[in-house]
Amino acid sequence: MAENPVFERAKRFLSALRHCQVLGLSVHSASNEGLTIVLPYSPRIVGNPETGVIHGGALTSLMDTACGMATLCVLPEFEVCPTLDLRIDYMHAAEPHKDVYGFAQCYRVTTDVIFARGFAYQDDPGQPIAHVMGTFMRMGKHIKGTKGFGGAVTGGAQ
Amino acid sequence: MNESIKDQLQKAHEQGDYAALLDLIPYARLIGVECSRVGDELLFKLPANKDNIGNPLLPAIHGGVIAGFMELAAALHLLVFAGSPGVPKIIDFSLDYLRAGQFRDTWARCQVWRQGRRVANVAITAWQSTEAEPIATARAHFKLEEPLKS
Repeated sequence: MAENPVFERAKRFLSALRHCQVLGLSVHSASNEGLTIVLPYSPRIVGNPETGVIHGGALTSLMDTACGMATLCVLPEFEVCPTLDLRIDYMHAAEPHKDVYGFAQCYRVTTDVIFARGFAYQDDPGQPIAHVMGTFMRMGKHIKGTKGFGGAVTGGAQ
Repeated sequence: MNESIKDQLQKAHEQGDYAALLDLIPYARLIGVECSRVGDELLFKLPANKDNIGNPLLPAIHGGVIAGFMELAAALHLLVFAGSPGVPKIIDFSLDYLRAGQFRDTWARCQVWRQGRRVANVAITAWQSTEAEPIATARAHFKLEEPLKS
């Protein structure tokens, strides 16, 4: 596969986030248009033991991560972008024993704030299980500690 | 609702000890949610846990974990107080992150602003140092199972 700097950057970023490793998140695809993260099904993230359906919290972690990481797709250099707010609309319950895909993209980038949106789906992107919108604060690339982490994310090519 | 969950809920509420009930929910075990009854209210706790860290720089708890904790708190709060026959289903969830969640214990409390026949509106506040300085506030709508008409 041809070299894809956004994909590589996203993979390195995700590997640095402990809770994302606990959930087993991985980057499915990434480009300047947005990215897709996969949440593998696991009995550990079940919210309803009667049905085996995963908890909304795991889905929220997936979508917060996807929306936050979508900033990597649009910023020329790595910046820490904490979440300001996040809204999730649940279309229907996830089906048990199936992975969840989370797609997110940034649709507006300003000097201080980035607006992102996305959706989560299982088999069919046309039948999302949830829609998400979030805003993220740009902290700039010079805040304390960013350099070391950013270096790891950009592969030391700073 | 499954009989074992119903029994656990009944027992938990009588004894003010929700550990066995939370133990039935794998996601609650994964992030480590605890719950206790303080007076007539429920107080939720998410003990500091390295596995919940998102931002490795600060370090800070992953925003998704804080959200999951608050969502779970709201659902359990409704389960205990709404008296609906089934597990409430989440419709939407909206949260504002006010401060970074540091690597320390987090607390949450819920308030039902409106409980209709079919839908409930719940506000959730999460804090670490003091309740007056929340790290996040959230609002959720849940679909309630309608009681059977007799």
